This record gives sequence, C-alpha cells and structure tokens, in this order.
Amino acid sequence: MNAPLNISRRTFIKATALVAGGLVIAFAIPQAKRFLLPGETKAPADAGGSKLPAPNAFLRIGTDNTITVLLAHSEMGQSIWTTLPMLIAEELDADWSKIQVEHAGAAPQYVHTAYGIQITGGSSTTWSEFDRYRQAGALTRALLINAAAQELGVAKETLRTENGFVVSADKKISYGELAEAAAKLETPTTVVLKDPKDWKIIGKATKRLDSAAKINGTAKFGQDVQFEGLKTAMVARAPVFGGKVKSFDASASKQIKGVQNVVQVPTGVAVIADNYWSAKQGRDALKIDWDLGPNAGLDSKKMVEDYRALAATTGTVAAKTGDSQAALKQAKTVVKAEYIAPYLAHSPMEPLNCTVKIDKDACEIWTGTQMQTTDQAAAAKILGLKPEQVTIHTLFLGGGFGRRANPAADFVSEAVQVAKAAGVPVKTVWSREDDVKGGYYRPMFLHQANIALDDKGLPIAWEHTAVGQSIMLGTPFETVMIKDGVDATSVEGTADSPYLKGIANHQVQLHTVKADIPVLWWRSVGHSHTAFVMESLIDELANAAKRDPLEYRRELLKDHPRHLAALNLAAEKADWEKPLPKGVFRGIAVHESFGSFVAQVAEVSVNAGEVKVHRMISAIDCGLAVNPESLTAQMQSSVSFGLGAALQSEITFKDGQVQQSNFHDYQVLRMKDMPKVEVYIVPSTEKMGGVGEPGLPPVAPAVTNAIFAATGKRIRTLPIGTQLA
Amino acid sequence: MIKLNINGKDESLDAPEDMPILWALRDVLHMTGTKFGCGMAQCGACTVHLDGQPIRSCITPVSMAAGKKITTIEAMQEDQVGQVVQAAWREIDVVQCGYCQSGQIMAATALLTTNHKPTDADIDAAMSGNICRCGTYPRIRAAIHAAAEKLA
Repeated sequence: MNAPLNISRRTFIKATALVAGGLVIAFAIPQAKRFLLPGETKAPADAGGSKLPAPNAFLRIGTDNTITVLLAHSEMGQSIWTTLPMLIAEELDADWSKIQVEHAGAAPQYVHTAYGIQITGGSSTTWSEFDRYRQAGALTRALLINAAAQELGVAKETLRTENGFVVSADKKISYGELAEAAAKLETPTTVVLKDPKDWKIIGKATKRLDSAAKINGTAKFGQDVQFEGLKTAMVARAPVFGGKVKSFDASASKQIKGVQNVVQVPTGVAVIADNYWSAKQGRDALKIDWDLGPNAGLDSKKMVEDYRALAATTGTVAAKTGDSQAALKQAKTVVKAEYIAPYLAHSPMEPLNCTVKIDKDACEIWTGTQMQTTDQAAAAKILGLKPEQVTIHTLFLGGGFGRRANPAADFVSEAVQVAKAAGVPVKTVWSREDDVKGGYYRPMFLHQANIALDDKGLPIAWEHTAVGQSIMLGTPFETVMIKDGVDATSVEGTADSPYLKGIANHQVQLHTVKADIPVLWWRSVGHSHTAFVMESLIDELANAAKRDPLEYRRELLKDHPRHLAALNLAAEKADWEKPLPKGVFRGIAVHESFGSFVAQVAEVSVNAGEVKVHRMISAIDCGLAVNPESLTAQMQSSVSFGLGAALQSEITFKDGQVQQSNFHDYQVLRMKDMPKVEVYIVPSTEKMGGVGEPGLPPVAPAVTNAIFAATGKRIRTLPIGTQLA
Repeated sequence: MIKLNINGKDESLDAPEDMPILWALRDVLHMTGTKFGCGMAQCGACTVHLDGQPIRSCITPVSMAAGKKITTIEAMQEDQVGQVVQAAWREIDVVQCGYCQSGQIMAATALLTTNHKPTDADIDAAMSGNICRCGTYPRIRAAIHAAAEKLA
C-alpha cells in the first residue's frame, strides 16, 4: 500500500494558483465505461476526466491556513463530510482543527471512480475514494515540502510535516504560508502513501465535522434556500400513476392571498406563491379534472394474485446449476414457502424540494441530490442548454436512502419545468403527502421456494422464483445493470447466495413485472427483501432439520470465511449458548451486501401480539473501518430503518390510489420501539466494503426468526403489523 | 400585522392569522432552523416552545401565539438547559442527516427543563413524537441522560 503510485499513468492532475491565493489540487480519472446520463444512448469515448473546467478542486489551502476539502459526494447523514477529509488530512498531516468542508459542484472531475457519473450511493463512497482522496493529500504534502525546500534552501529530504507545518531542523513554516509558492511548482508525478502502521487518523473513531451546524439550526438544507424574488411552488399530481390533466380551473386558487400564478407542467398543475402556506392553500383550491388512465383499477390484493399466477409460469433464469426440478421430485423432504415484501417509501425527514433559477444561457439549481451529473444533464435537456451551463449547488440532504438518486431525475426535472413555465425563480416543495404518495418505491416482491433436504437435513436442491418490478428497466442504467433480461438488483442476494453456491442443483428464476408504479433503490436495494427471504428460509430448513439455527448456518457457510467471522462474532457477543430471561427469544441472520458481511442477533419478546425488540447485536466485516464512529452510527441507523419497515411500513394500492399519506398511516420507527444496538467490528484486512446499507438486510429476518422462536409462527409477509394479534 | 414575541424579540409580520407558526418563522421571518417534516404534528421536526411548552409549529396558527413567547432552536445557545443539551449532542456525536435535530433538541430541552432526571420511560414518552429516519434514537437517549447528569 505504500509503494510509489505513478499518478500520471492513470490520473490527470493539475495544480493551479487560486485567484485569491493558495493552492488547488484537482484530479480526474478517465473513464472508459460509465453509467449513462439522461438523453444519452452511449457514453462518449472521452467520458469523464479529459476536460477540466475551473474551478476543479479536491482541496484548497488558504493563506490563513484553512484547508477546505471539496466533497465529490453528498452528505446525507452517513458522515462522508468527516470521512473524506480524514483521508486527505491523514496524508497531508493537516491540522484537523483547520479543516473546512464544502460540497463540490457538478463536474466531470467529481465522477465516481467506479461508476463514472457523480453519485452517492451503493454504500461506495469510502472505498471508491480511498485512493483518490489520500492521493490528493499526499500530492499536496509533496508540493508543500518542495516549496519549503526552495524557500529554506535545503534538500527536501531534510524536511518533514507535522500538524499543518513543514518542519526543518530549526524552522517550521505553516501550510498557509507555503500555499502560494507551492501553487507555482511543477506537480510531482509520483507520491508515496503512508504505511498503514503510521496512520494517525484513518481507523480512529472521529467525531463529525457537521455537528455544530446541525444542532443550532444553521445547517442549510435544500428546504432552507431563500433569496430575494424566490417563489414557492407546489404541484398537484395525478392521484393515479400515469394519470393526466384533462382540464383545470384555477380561479379559486388565484383568489388565495399570496398565490402568484398557476401553470400546467408535464407532471400536473403547479401553484406558484409567495410562501409554502399560500402555495398549499392555492393547491387545495384547484379544481382539476383528471384522466386517471389505465391504472385506475390498481389493487394490491389483486397484484399479489397476479404475481402468484406469474410465479407458476416459467421465468427468466438468473442462476442455474444441475437439475433442481429432477432432484426435488426424488426428495423425501421438501420445504415449500412463499414470501412477500411490500412497496416501501423512503420518506426522508426532509420532504423533496428543488430550487431553480433560469437565466439566459444558464441555470442554477439548489437541492439535496445524490446524483448531480444526472440531474444536471436532465435540466440541460429540458432547457436546451449544455450540461456545463447548469450549475448544481448541493445542500445538506435531510436524508436520502436512495430517493434523492433518481436516474429519471424526477424532482429536479419537475422543478425545472415549473421554473421554466413560471418565468421566475421557484423552489418546488413536496408535502409529506406528496412524498408518501409520489412513487419511486422499493418494489413489492413475491418469492417462492421449493427446497429439498437430504437425510441429514441439508439442502440438496433449491428452486427459487422471484416476481417484481425492475428498478433499472427504462432508465439510463439499464445497459449496465440488466443482463440477459435479468435486473441484477432484483436477484442480488438470491442468485449469488452463498447457500446456493453449495447446492449442486439450484435454479433462480425471475419474472419482471411491467407496471406504471415508479420504483427505485431503497436503502440496500434488492437485499432489502432477498435477505429477509433467504435468511427466513434457512431458518425454516434448520427447523425442519431440527438443528440449531446458528450451528446449521455455520455448516452451510463453512467455505465462506467472512460470513462465518461476522456470524461467530455476533453469536459470541450475544452469548448464543446462554439462556435468556423468561419470555425473550433470539433470532439470527447473516447477509453480504455492498461488499460487507453483517450478522445480527435479535432479542425479542411477543406479548399479546405485540412485538418488542429489546436488543440487536450486530457484527460487521467491511474490511478496513476508516471511521469506526460513523460505522457504528450507520449500523444503528440501519437497525432503525430496517426495523421500522419490518414492523409497520407498507405502501398499498386500492382503486388505483396509494392508501397511505403521512406518518400516521405510513408508520416508521419511533424512539419507544428502538432497541439497544450493539455494534462489533470484525478486525479485517480484506477488501473494503460499504457501511451505509449492509446493516439493514439482516434486521428483518433476525427479528422474524426470533418471533418464530418465541411463538412458532413464521412471518412470511412484511410488515409484521398485526399478524401476531 | 401580527405581533409575535420570538426569542425575546417583538416582531411584527404581515401574515394571515391562520398561517402556522412554522411558515411564519421560515417564510416570513427567514428563520430556517425550525424544520418542516409532515405538516400534521406527526414527526416533531417543527417543534418550538410556546411559553416554554413544546408545541408542533406546523399546525399551530400564529393567532394562538399572541401574547405568548415563542422560543426556537436559534435561541438554544442562550438557554441554560438548551446549551447543555447541545453540548451533550456534540459529545455523543448524535446527528446524522441532521434535519430532525432542531426538533429533537427542542423536545429534549423541554423535557429536561421540567424533569431533571428523566428515566428511559420518560424519554420514550417525551421523545416518541419526534421521528428520526436516520435512527439516531440510541444516541439521543444517551445524550439526554448525559445532559441530565450535567444539569444535576
């Protein structure tokens, strides 16, 4: 890891003088292959990297010694505002108290090092930036040393760096004092990264840099954007997906004080007003005649029946080894089960919003987004501008969970349409009801499995069928994510299951349902349902085999050391072998997602049909834990998000309409239902994985497996809701 | 014109009587620390104090605040309990996305002002109206206990 890196071969580096003095470091990694942007059918040959519009910086050193780190990713709670600066500060030997952080704009040099577009998602920020941000720090340090050597007239080998200073035998010069001179020097083509044994910051639990602003109300989210002349808009959207405006009467709406204008946009009718309250009242007063379109009969109960009928037909093969059907026919013991996971809304605490200001040949957008260049391209297309004419200002995201990373750029596109139609700068704001009813849900999935067991109770054949909508179909990501008719996000966690790898006869089939319900990745994507299904099924098999669920998993996962390490650590910390207080029962689950391996033990009691989760013991192997503090926070967060969904959340349809509307009927986890969460990290030098999502998939099955232990009732449909009453 | 007392300061604002305090604060007075989350008193993001009591400003019209004192997150640094709560929040590294935290801190400060040693059950009762989608609940609980110790 500490070998010299030849940067010039794989990256384009530029050091330039700041207008106001100081040093700017920019990198760009040429991308041969990347995800497409809206409007593209194939990626340009020089996609990413080759053009460097100014300002293109990863870090700035001011003459006042401040070090400003620019984030190519969005801060949405996952603490990347702190973790990426840790990487730079480590290599730079920076004074941590002088670090400032800003979101970068939308520009080619900030594209994801693996995905080629600017995106914060897939629990990938830390591992994908681990080299780039450390290199930026190391390169800057080298330049500062060279500048000091020149100024002091000594060989650079005689100098070292410490806490924001270059230090010689008898002098120390601050980075700020050297910044201007360093900016004029030729950029080194190689840098040496620190040996991990010399790390002072990486691997140390580090508190967040955004705490102060987030506890006193000064942190700025998209909702908080305000400037002279800015209006607020709310859009009345069709009550049924695919519906359209036939006609509308805005006369009552225009009587509301503060309502300035009412305009039709592709997604509905927008009321533009001086403030939210007027916009909302104006929208309530609209009379719209809707053409509800082909989905006016949409009904969740009917959809489940349709999915079940589809499951009985032949699907697209996502994985196949041997002849599972023949093996099932000969088997003495067969376990059959059907599982259902519902549509889910992300419902981040900050309702969606986007501020748009359109000028001649330019557009400025202020929002919380996880996908800047996609939003930029979508806005440019609507306005007939070039992407570089669209400036994206990323504010803090009041939660993302995938909702603010939309390949269709839905809320940004709509806001651009509203501002274009209104002819004034507009902040388009969604209400909570708009958020809950507005689509882009985790798709509903139905799974069926037929599993044959041998005399020892071990699986020898596994026939698995999944039915659900594709997240990627029809998006610019389709070409990368859908292979041979199989959307990878529909079968992640099943087709690549470690359990199936050990079974000579297995098959996973997929039925991709075409529907007009907009679907999207929801924290942990396909794993959010496949882990529930697979880890429940394994529990069913252990029960059929009359084996202890932990010991049964250990045997099946004997060739999967990272699964085993997480499983064993969680079991050990949970004292799996020891009895629990009367009425409390355990369940266990383990799952790999986003390159990390997480096992969880849930301690649960069930009284009068009420489920109480007392404690969740989590163990994770994510390779190097760069910031154990934020890792722990993300594991706690995943338990909360996953448990709320497992216990209570679902989006359902009747007469074409979403039946839920706000937090009273789309219920999420609250303080009183939050268990104690213990987090243990497997010491690991394996390949780095993510931490934002992998803690979520095992939550539901750990809890439902504990419910089975407590009551003998197997929960096969989420949410748990009132099934135990 | 409606007269309100906000963080100890008298303000006159041009707003309809039925406008919720939340929007008067945010859109008329440009005080954006208080957050909009649900608009129906389900999530607590908009929590402010009215004469010291925690209320949901998204459903409370400005007319109800006449003659009373509104206190918001912007004044917590000057509040004896509020500043201890904020310090505990930083010590425990509570926040994640941060959007709900103004409301959480207002609710926690109201709790600790009247109850100097809240039990876990007290915390459940006082804080379960404040949703956090990031799941900072264990840290909020720990920070409230830590603040209570400082205030003892």
